Amino acid sequence: MQLNQIREILSARVLWGEDHLDREVLSACGSDFMSDVLAYVKNQALLLTGLVNVQVVRTADMTEMNCIVFVRGKVPSESIIQLAAERGIVVMTSPKRMYEACGLLYSNGLRGDCDGND
Amino acid sequence: METIKLVYPVDGGDLIEAGEASSKMKLTLKRLGLPPDVIRRASICMYEGEINMVIHADGGEAQVEVGMDEITIRMTDTGPGIPDVDQAMKEGFSTAGPTARELGFGAGMGLPNMKRYADELAIETEVGRGTVVTMKLKIPS
Ligand SMILES: Nc1ncnc2c1ncn2[C@@H]1O[C@H](COP(=O)(O)OP(=O)(O)O)[C@@H](O)[C@H]1O
Ligand SMILES: [Mg+2]
Repeated sequence: MQLNQIREILSARVLWGEDHLDREVLSACGSDFMSDVLAYVKNQALLLTGLVNVQVVRTADMTEMNCIVFVRGKVPSESIIQLAAERGIVVMTSPKRMYEACGLLYSNGLRGDCDGND
Repeated sequence: METIKLVYPVDGGDLIEAGEASSKMKLTLKRLGLPPDVIRRASICMYEGEINMVIHADGGEAQVEVGMDEITIRMTDTGPGIPDVDQAMKEGFSTAGPTARELGFGAGMGLPNMKRYADELAIETEVGRGTVVTMKLKIPS
């Protein structure tokens, strides 16, 4: 699924990376626990989170994620967006809550693709 | 390739900068042209270790050695030590306080993640003296 489509499905606003919305993501992970996210390693993945701090960007960077979507309308500070930009990670904010955001993406065909049962 | 040695200080008081050392190491490993999978695993291992040093041990030092067929990450601190390593290794066990939680850590999954992604994990620790966490990752040829 392209980031373009994700933006539309989540009614999201792009905070950085307008030029990279043709990127393809193959799976997604939603969590506010960074170690949970670090336990999840997939290629070309998307991170959904309600947590807003610089460690979210570092976590996405370490796991080589493509894009971070902050849910519940959260907008990170300029310095957080800047770090994501330096790492080439697209940043969006969506008014949807976590449960709904994940459900919408899942029902539109973007799967978790975790090892094991989801 | 000769063995390359890298040293990164980790500032214990800085919750914003935590992860900067791992980020730098990741860039260096990329520049060395190592396989993406081993870079990602090494970065996650070091990042969890770095976060632990900051939230549990007031900082320390990370030494990274990149050899022909192996990466060794050694994280040394002079913090409180770990009284029961078996317990600390259990998924979900954490003594982390609210500051760590605010950062999204403190779920007791750091050491289990390090074990998951490293090929070898060794913890030497003494209460009141500090902890040395050594992780080895094989570089597939
Ligand atoms: N470098 C360290 N110094 C002292 N204690 C540590 C260190 N690393 C880990 N620990 C202890 O082991 C526990 C489990 O660590 P970890 O699995 O990373 O979970 P978390 O960091 O989320 O608490 C910590 O809560 C802490 O009590
Ligand atoms: Mg930890």
